[in-house]
Amino acid sequence: MFAKVANPTAAFAPGSAELQVQLRRAERSKKIWALVLIAPLFLFLAVTFVVPIARTLFLSVENPELRDMMPDLAAALQAWDSDGTPPDSLVRTFAADVLTAHENRTLARVGKRLNFSISGFRSLLLKTARRMPPQDSPDLLAELTALDKRWGERRYWAALKQASTPYTVEYLLAAVDHQFNPDGEIVEKPPERSIYLTVLARTAWISFVVVTICLFLGYPIAYLLATIPTKYSNLLLLLLLLPFWTSLLVRTTAWLVLLQNQGVVNDLAIWIGLWDEPVQLIRNRLGVYIALVHIMLPFMVLPLFSVMKGISPTHMKAAASLGATPITAFLKVYLPQTLPGAGAGILLVFILTLGFYITPALVGGPSDQMLSQFIAFNASTAVNWGMAGALSLLLMVGVAIFFSIYSRLVGVRDLRLG
Amino acid sequence: MTLGASVQFRGVSKTYDGQALVVDGLDLAIHSGEFLTLLGPSGSGKTTTLMMLAGFEVPTSGEINLDGRSLTNVPPYKRSIGMVFQNYALFPHMTVEENLAFPLQARGVSASEASARIRRALEMVQLAEFATRRPAQLSGGQQQRVAVARSLVYQPSLVLMDEPLGALDKQLREQMQLELKHIHQSVGATFVYVTHDQDEALTMSDRVAVFNDGKIQQLDTPEHLYEKPENAFVAQFIGENNRFTGQVEEVSGNLCRVSVDGGVTMLATSVPGLLAGSRSAVSVRPEVVAVDPIDVGYDNRLTTQVLETIYHGDHLRIRVRIAENDQFIVKIPRQLCSGPYEVGQPCEVAWMAHDCRALLDAPE
Repeated sequence: MFAKVANPTAAFAPGSAELQVQLRRAERSKKIWALVLIAPLFLFLAVTFVVPIARTLFLSVENPELRDMMPDLAAALQAWDSDGTPPDSLVRTFAADVLTAHENRTLARVGKRLNFSISGFRSLLLKTARRMPPQDSPDLLAELTALDKRWGERRYWAALKQASTPYTVEYLLAAVDHQFNPDGEIVEKPPERSIYLTVLARTAWISFVVVTICLFLGYPIAYLLATIPTKYSNLLLLLLLLPFWTSLLVRTTAWLVLLQNQGVVNDLAIWIGLWDEPVQLIRNRLGVYIALVHIMLPFMVLPLFSVMKGISPTHMKAAASLGATPITAFLKVYLPQTLPGAGAGILLVFILTLGFYITPALVGGPSDQMLSQFIAFNASTAVNWGMAGALSLLLMVGVAIFFSIYSRLVGVRDLRLG
Repeated sequence: MTLGASVQFRGVSKTYDGQALVVDGLDLAIHSGEFLTLLGPSGSGKTTTLMMLAGFEVPTSGEINLDGRSLTNVPPYKRSIGMVFQNYALFPHMTVEENLAFPLQARGVSASEASARIRRALEMVQLAEFATRRPAQLSGGQQQRVAVARSLVYQPSLVLMDEPLGALDKQLREQMQLELKHIHQSVGATFVYVTHDQDEALTMSDRVAVFNDGKIQQLDTPEHLYEKPENAFVAQFIGENNRFTGQVEEVSGNLCRVSVDGGVTMLATSVPGLLAGSRSAVSVRPEVVAVDPIDVGYDNRLTTQVLETIYHGDHLRIRVRIAENDQFIVKIPRQLCSGPYEVGQPCEVAWMAHDCRALLDAPE
């Protein structure tokens, strides 16, 4: 028989609850510290990134104009079932609110909102306010129709009702070239007013072409950078990144100077006899490709370079010693190992190009404008925040769809961004 | 069993910068089926020699023949030489199986034949159950075996290995040395193995070529290299060695008397070509020296004192001064140890003339 031995040095038996508590306590302070350290960045991102984006996207469904400027009319429109002609009480509320808004000088803003649904609505409203028939007329609707026969059309009253809800999908529908008909059904816009889906497709196509050119130009550059001695590759990397040292605007303007009809490239080409007449290199799709590839190339080369740098040169030797010709060795041993870098480069360049704005605006022609250009137009020139928000959402959804297809095909977990 | 290839290097030289010769007029015949090791310090030209044979380096002059055919214009992928690289060079995006299938596909071997060969090769290195793993999921030793299996799966008649065990720890390395030796015996191919580790060279090889300064210093069996080094470099490089320089006073038959710098005269075995009056390097291995022997028949017997004792478990080393050499080491096996050998204690060291060699050149 042995006496039981107390072992005072072992404070906790392995696996005991006490040991687990101790471990959690030790980990907790570590976790808190980590949170404290990332808190400033987290707050910064929240304030400057998440909140503005959420706000912009929210703008695309907000519908405040009519409810703020003409609250009585908005309430009356909500009560109307929009079937047949508007009832007399609704028309009288309308006439009163139009006059009030005209006095308060807010009618133009309501008109702008309604113009979005039916063009010409703004001038119709202003004309009506200026020449409003007397309020005590027995058939006000008839008087209005006499003033402008458009008041006899149901779609104008339906548009008013559309504008009276607290939230609307009208902007989102417009972003995909759809609208409401007078019966409140969603229908396609007439072809002459459908632009955004075409622009989205064009944006995706331009991005695709830029990615393809960048891949074919960037792959050999990255290979060169990864295989020459470090002292040379550092210099070349620096040259590759040199464009980042100048402003995007300057670089784009430089392309204008270089590529215009009397520009350096055309003069040089004519002088050495490449072509006889100046060739249009700018203000067309070609100019967009040239300038965008120039800007995007580093984003393709850097991930490729970092992946290629990690591939041991002995792999190609090993492949050769195992009997593979240089082409087979490249295709089966080298190329597959560079795919994570190529994948990252493709993703970066594609997504960046999708959202690119200033370069296509400056070097492209009218038929080369990309989606961001229309967002900027709606936000700054047309001051249509609803449409700007809806187009932003369209772009984001486009990126998300691309990303999800891409991650299914390539696998995002395997990507190496740098 | 594959019939091993034979290789001839004829006057092969290699320079990278046009000035220094990395390999200097190499003549070397590698016999069919042998295990030949190229041993030497780094920069001695051994790896360059291997790379020229594999086809990754082009000789600046001279010719290499494989089974009598010149390799001069044969690109590496047509040489059909198996190769194991220092860091294995397994393809990380392929499984073990796919790695082994790669050379077979390149040779157009049918799928059924290939899978049988892959299985045999993996069984040979005891990795049959790892066929579907990626290299990153294997330990260093396992990766090494996969690399060996891959270099053998297409049954090349010549297999080159470039310090393949360099990245393994000591125990695994010793185990792999034996395994490689057994694999060599079972496949019958010619193995050319590069290492800077003399233990590895001695344990595995049929013959060892000792490289220094781009030249082969000695090409011999491990026994001869250790017991009969032909020059001071080989004596120094292979095994431990106490070295003296001095003037040859007299040569008679294969014995000679050397007056060592610092005023001691020794009897030693002379290598062929040693002349009286020339400079010589005398090499004495630590394990042939006896301390305080009772036997009086030793040819060389010197009195000195213990400078240091170093305990090594299975043996004891004592350091003494002989002539100008105060790094003279004596190795005493544990069971022959007969004293405390305290520092400062006077002692006698002695060795036979046939255990000590007077070598041709005496550099420095």
